[in-house]
This record gives sequence, structure tokens and C-alpha cells, in this order.
Amino acid sequence: MSEEVKLMKGNEAIARAAIRCGCDGYFGYPITPQSEVMETLMEEEPWKTTGMVVLQAESETSSINMVYGGACTGKKVMTSSSSPGVSLMQEGISYIACAELPCVVVNVMRGGPGLGTIQPSQADYFQTVKGGGHGDYKLIALAPSTVQEMADYTVKAFDLAFKYRTPVMLLADGAIGQMMEKVVLPEQRPRATEEEIRANCPWAIVGKPASRGRNVITSLALKSEEMEATNIKLQAKYREIEKNEVIVEMHNCEDADYIIVAFGLCARICQKTMEMAREKGLKVGVLRPITLWPFPTEEIKALANKCKGMLCVEMNAGQMVEDVRLAVNGKVDVQSFGRLGGIIPAPDEVLNALEKLVADNA
Amino acid sequence: MNNDIIKPENLVYTKTPVLNDNPMHYCPGCSHGVVHKLIAEVIEEMGIQEKTIGVAPVGCAVFAYNYLEIDWEQAAHGRAPALATAVKRLWPDRYVFTYQGDGDLAAIGTAETIHACNRGENITIIFINNGIYGMTGGQMAPTTLEGMKTATCPYGRNTAINGYPLNITKLVAELEGTRYVTRQSVHTVAAVQKAKKAIRKAFENSMEGKGTSFVEIVSTCNSGWKMSPAKSNEWMVENMFKAYPIGDLKDK
Repeated sequence: MSEEVKLMKGNEAIARAAIRCGCDGYFGYPITPQSEVMETLMEEEPWKTTGMVVLQAESETSSINMVYGGACTGKKVMTSSSSPGVSLMQEGISYIACAELPCVVVNVMRGGPGLGTIQPSQADYFQTVKGGGHGDYKLIALAPSTVQEMADYTVKAFDLAFKYRTPVMLLADGAIGQMMEKVVLPEQRPRATEEEIRANCPWAIVGKPASRGRNVITSLALKSEEMEATNIKLQAKYREIEKNEVIVEMHNCEDADYIIVAFGLCARICQKTMEMAREKGLKVGVLRPITLWPFPTEEIKALANKCKGMLCVEMNAGQMVEDVRLAVNGKVDVQSFGRLGGIIPAPDEVLNALEKLVADNA
Repeated sequence: MNNDIIKPENLVYTKTPVLNDNPMHYCPGCSHGVVHKLIAEVIEEMGIQEKTIGVAPVGCAVFAYNYLEIDWEQAAHGRAPALATAVKRLWPDRYVFTYQGDGDLAAIGTAETIHACNRGENITIIFINNGIYGMTGGQMAPTTLEGMKTATCPYGRNTAINGYPLNITKLVAELEGTRYVTRQSVHTVAAVQKAKKAIRKAFENSMEGKGTSFVEIVSTCNSGWKMSPAKSNEWMVENMFKAYPIGDLKDK
């Protein structure tokens, strides 16, 4: 049987993929440009079909804490928001990371700082990969660039969240959230049963049976030695994730003299720039980190040994470029090009920036 | 001492096994210990130990999870009703309760408290009101009485500067989503018995799908108040009960 292809918005794809992958609970608060996630869920009424809970909270603070409470139960829970709302969630995300709970947080980024703009942006890169909340923790961050990937990486995000008992961020932007493209949705998976949760998540808060002691989920350890041990355990897990879970996509990087590094929507724009540059005889490739953390440091390092320069293109003032420079470690020139405030860079202006890089390194 | 009277037939009291043997960190004279015991006894008497989930606050009772033998989640400051909302909706056949102090519930967590109650979440909220921040060392709480001295209002709460004591229990009683709202205390044997009945009623309500049950316990903080436990009880009766009168505010 052929797969059913549907046309939908990126935000809608997240909602439908969440239902399909057996999500148990969504807790959210409206904010442009991602409100269609909750709107789609409310329209679908999955509590009548799969039994999924969908609840509109009174704030993003509350929705992330509902996610925290729900994640404790061993069930698949998620929230979605956009930049200002995700800023409000940072405290909760820190608690969830420390308590080692699985959940998915979607950030459909808009331009900041402050109330900013409702137009697309990638300016929450630092907030996502460098912490955001307090303390030493990391989020696995997946950056989709198509509506199909909004669906696919929603499913992948839950799988990684449960594999490592860690929050996973799906980091998209307002353009991918709002654009309509063809999508093949994942197969409907059943929600986990109580028996499966008890078997697979022995840590979960289900009510204490006589057969075991009480389960307590907390991020508190007043004794420094205990808190250091918690941190060491977290760091060991993060090293494991860095080793196993890097996802990167490369286009024409084998023979490239110059590499454009870009994620999400920018990576698609830069592929057009790459085609334009190749028509002009410039050997250009595009490296697209799909996991922003763990970052494809090794892949970039390897390319730095054989190319003449790199251009990092982002919808921000130059954030990921810092991680690219760390990977390159001075081997080649790394330049940055970005548009701010919700403006999407055009392929020809990226080409101008690329030609400057070429001229500077000729 | 005559040990001859220590016989099973003479036994008049045993501690419920839901309350474990961990030494409590609470100050001698604090109301938390009594309220913990009452919740533990209600859980045992109702036979719901395997079906009860507690959400601990930030404040002195952050370590409530060390004393009751049930599954616990520990919330960020003020967010316990949000956690409890999700737990109850995801495990609707469990008894879910939050245990919160006045700073947690009526200051930083006001929005979560009001909205959980307004949605009529089928949970129990146990609210310990002693008019002061205990854990952080005796600062002003939203429920601190006018003229009452704390570390952050050392000359007494001045309403011109600090505003008024917040009667949040009265506020939640006004909400359509609450089913049972009561204010109790644990300073006498009779009060303890009434408080236990109220807690049991709240727990029973949470399985009937008719809204939130909210039990305030007007309490003492003898360390924060800088009084002996006995004097604290007297001071509570004379002062706290005037601002926060004991009794049911709503029972529908």
C-alpha cells in the first residue's frame, strides 16, 4: 500500500506526529508562530482516540511544570512554544534535566530579544545548546529544516528522550512552523500501557507497590558530595550522547574548497547558494548539523583539514559560528553571515558573503 | 518504671507504617510533623498507599518525601499544582495531593494555585499557613499578619509598604472549580481530630470528579516566630485565627 501524502503546516505536522507516536500528554500555552500545534491537537481530540491528554495551561511556566509532573509518571509528554515562552520555561527544563526525565520541548523560534517579532529567527541557539537554565546540563537539540522533518524528528525526539532519560528540544523556526509542505506521517503507535511503564520505567511515579520502596523524583541534594555525584553522572551521560547521537547532513563537501555551515531553514537556503556558486566554478559544499547538541565537531574538524575556509550562515548575530570556530581551532578562516530581527537571508546575499570569504582567502 | 504493663492488650497507639522511622528535620513544636502524621494515617485507613502520589513543595516541607512511604515528586517553588494537574490527568485513578507552605502556594505559586483550583483539578491541596518563610530563615510571607515582625519586615508588616495579608483560601473558595475548602489547625487534640477528618474528606473527594479540595492548616513556626512551642500556639489562637478563622469555607 502506498504511503498517504498530505499537505500541512510544520506546526500541524508536529501535533499529528505526536499523536501518532503514542504521546500521552501535551501541555501548552498559545504563542505565535506555533499556536497551530495546540490548535491541531484540540481539533483532533486525541483523548477520544488514543487517550492522549491535551491541556491549555495558564502560562509557559505552568506548562513546563505540567510536563515535569507528567514526565515523572513515565509517560510521553511534551510542550511547544516560541522564544519568549521558552525563556519562561528554562527553570523547569533545568529541573527536568537534573531529575533525568524524558520529555520533548518544541521551540518554533521567533526574533528577539524581548517581545521581539513574530517573524522567524534562529537566535535561541545559545539558549538551547549552552544551557539556558541554571546549572550544568545539556539538551539534545534537533533542528528540522522541512515539514516532513518536523514530523520525523518529533518521533525521534521522544525516542532519544526515553533512551537517555533527558529532555529533547526540537528547535525549529517560524518559517518551518508556518510553511506548508508534503508530509508522510508516521505509523500510529499505541501508547504505552501501565504494565509497560512499570516494566520499562522502574523509576516512574505510579504509586508505591508493596514490593518496592518509595520512588522519589527530586533535583535536590543539599550535601555537596551528593550534588557533585549527580553532576558527574549527568556529564557521563552527556559524553555518551556526544559519542552516539550526532546527526549531520553534508552536500558536496567531498571536493569543496569552501564549506557553508548552516542549520534548519538556513541550510536549505544555503544549498541554493551552493548551486549558484558551483555554476560560477566555486567548489562549495554545505554542512548541516541536524543535532545542534551534540554538535558535529569531528565532522567539521575533518573538513577544516582540507578546505580553505568556512562560512557560517544563521538567522542571528553569529551564535553557532562560535562552535564552528572551536571545531576548526584556527585551521582555516571561519566567517559569519546572519540576518537579524526575523529576516530570512536570500541565497544571493549569502553568495556575496561567500565571495568575500573566497577573496579574503585567495 | 514498671514494665509489666507493656503487653499487646494494653497497646493504645501505634504509628502508621505509612509514616517511616526517618528522624524528621522539623523544629520541635512545628506543625508539619502532626500534619504529616495525619496524612499518613488517612492514607493507611483508606488503604490507598499504592495509589497515592504526593507532590512536595519548596520550603521546610521540601523533604516531606523523606517521611511518607508513598511515591513523590518534588516541584519547583510554587509549581506543585501544575505537577499535580499533569499527574492526576495522566493517572486519573490515583489520589494526588500537593503539600505547600504559604510562600510556595500564595506568593510565587499564586497563578498555579488559582488556575488548578479554577480548572477543578481533582486533587487535594494541603496548605500549611504559618505566616512566615521558615526554610530561608523567617522572612515575610504573603500571609504574614499586619504588624507581625519577620526578617524582611523587622519593624512589623506595614501595609502601606508591604500590602495586606493574603487570604488565599477565601479566594479559592470563590472559584467554581473548588468543591471543598476548609481551614483547620492542629494545636489541640480536638483540632487534630477535625483536621484529620477534613484531610480524609478531601482525599475521598478527589476520586469523585467534582473538583478541587483545599485544606488550609493554620500552623505555628516557633523558630521563625521566636517563641516557645506553647507560646506559639497561644499566639496563633489570639492572632492568626482572627485573620484566618477556622472552619469550612465551602462544601458542595
